[in-house]
This record gives sequence, structure tokens and C-alpha cells, in this order.
Amino acid sequence: MSLLESVLIILGMFVVTFGVRFVLFARAHKVIMPVFVERALKFVPVAVLTAIITPMVFMTESQVNISLNNPWLVGAFAAFAVGIWRQHQLLTIFVGVAVFFIAKYTL
Amino acid sequence: MNTRQHMQRGAMVSMPMILGGVPFGLLFGSLASSYGLSPWFAVAMSAIVFAGSAQFVALGLIAIHAPIWVIVSTTFIVNLRHLLYAADMVKYVKHLPMSLRFIMGFGLVDETYAAVRPMYQIGSVDEKTGHKVYLGSFVAFYLMWNTTTILGVLSGELIPGMSEWGLEFAMVATFIGIITPYLKHSPFWFCMLTAGVSSIVLFELPNNLGLLVSAVIGVVAGYIADTAIASDQSVRPRSTTDQTAQGDKQ
Repeated sequence: MSLLESVLIILGMFVVTFGVRFVLFARAHKVIMPVFVERALKFVPVAVLTAIITPMVFMTESQVNISLNNPWLVGAFAAFAVGIWRQHQLLTIFVGVAVFFIAKYTL
Repeated sequence: MNTRQHMQRGAMVSMPMILGGVPFGLLFGSLASSYGLSPWFAVAMSAIVFAGSAQFVALGLIAIHAPIWVIVSTTFIVNLRHLLYAADMVKYVKHLPMSLRFIMGFGLVDETYAAVRPMYQIGSVDEKTGHKVYLGSFVAFYLMWNTTTILGVLSGELIPGMSEWGLEFAMVATFIGIITPYLKHSPFWFCMLTAGVSSIVLFELPNNLGLLVSAVIGVVAGYIADTAIASDQSVRPRSTTDQTAQGDKQ
């Protein structure tokens, strides 16, 4: 890969990445979100974060793996149960990670 | 609290995810050098592009000698979910000077959005303090990402097998800790279940498209459930056709 190619790749990736993140911020003082859009956007955190982690939790090497041999699933289930029971983020993380490592190295 | 303390607060709430990101940064640096790319290339990409998963995808495409336009357009698709984050954050940045918005836009990654966005919801930050907390999260994440990239490039693989340890699970647990408080209201259950099931069904789609489509499905499902429940509870029988009025009542 030549120097020019390297520069073009990084520059191109920067432009599209930063563009996506910044375009609405740049016009933020002029953007007026319709009420229904604002109402839909409140679901963004749950929707995107769930879509990111669900395959990590339920799949091992691109196969659905629902068993006690899947420490990701066991740990995530523990974290989810604690999170529903007590809405305490640090406790949720701590129990989830602890159960994950116990499942990974002992079960 | 002064600005520095707010920034420290942002760094602290991001700590579990920062720890979870360490293996990814090391892996990115070491993968880049194992593909025979210049050390500067990997370091510059982490410093300038600053986009975790898109950087991995780009490495894979470079390895198969994909043309530049394919690499750039794939990066665009992989990062398109950040547009949803930006749309959601517009109301919290519109009063800020452009220079600040510029930096916040650059730093709008999954983790910082995930860490800071719910703090607005529960009122632990407001429009005077939120961007400081956000910047603290961004700076901490940026330092980690670039440091671990450099370490990964230098060492090949710093600690053998570290990527197998499962430190990434810290990110999963953190995301769960962010999602669960929302689940007091049933529309968020619809949102979570549809997004989750879709993300597995659509897993085979290339370039994180499955993730993007699932996220949109989840948002739409949540919105539909929300309006259905609101119209159910409404005293006005005709309000099912009048979504704007319901939105105003919320």
C-alpha cells in the first residue's frame, strides 16, 4: 500500500465517520425535531445497545448457543436479573462480570 | 463542581467500558502489524478516525485488497448508527458553541453515548454540565484507544491470549446495566425484544447492516407500542388517528 493510498483511506474514513456524527450537531440550533420523531428517538439507547450485545451473548462462533457452556449467556442473564431487581448499574456490572468469569473458568 | 470534576465524573462512569475496550485496542494494533501495515497507519487511524468496529472492518478489507471506495463506503454503513445517537443528542447540544459540538461529534462513539445519555434522563446532568461529563468520557476513551493501539502495534500481542480472556464482557454487562432501568415501561420491552431477535435473525447481513436494521426495527416497535398504549389509555376514542396530540400529552 502506497503512502498516498494510506492517506486516502484514513482521510476517507475520517470524512464519513465524522460526517455522520457531526452533521446533525452542526445544524442542532436549526433542527426542529417533530414530536413523533422525538418520541421515537427515546427508544434509541435500548434498541442500539440491545442490537449490539444480543449476538455477542447468544451466539458462539456465528452459531446460536443457548446452554450453560456459554459464559456470555450465563453472565448476561445474571446481569439482567440483577438489573431488573435493583436498578443499580455498578452492582449489575459487578455481578454480571463475576458470574461470567465463574462460568468461563469453572463450569 | 468545577469543569475538571465533571470530566472526572464522565471518565469514571465510562470506566467499565474503557476496561472492556482495552483488548480491542491491543488487538487492533497487533492485527494491523500482523497484516504488515505501517505502524503509523494503525496509529493514525485510531487517532483520526476513532471508530472501533469500523477500523476492524477496514483492516479486513485492506487485507483482501478492496478498493478505497469500498473501504470508505463500508465505514459509512458501519457507522451509520451514530446518526441515531446524534439525532437523540441534538436537544442537549443545540445551545453549545460550534467548537464544542465539533469535538463532541468527533467523540460520539457507542460507549460515550451509552454512558452519558442516560444521565440526562435521570437528571444527574443537565445542559450546563452534560457536555463536560461527555468530554470527560470522550477524553478517557480516546486516551485508552490510542494508547492500546500503540501498545498493540509495538508488541504484536502484548499478553498472549489476552483477547480470549473475555474482558469485553465488561461492555456487555455495562450495556445491560444501562438497558434495564428503562424496562419499567412495557414499550421498552417491545423495543428490546424486537431489536434483540432481529439482531440474531439478521446476523448474516454484511457490514453491521443487521445491527443497523435491528436498531431501527427496535425503535419503530417501541414507538408503535408506545402510541398503542397511549391511545388505549386515552379518554378520547378517536385519538388513535391523532398521534401528534398524544405526543404532546407525553
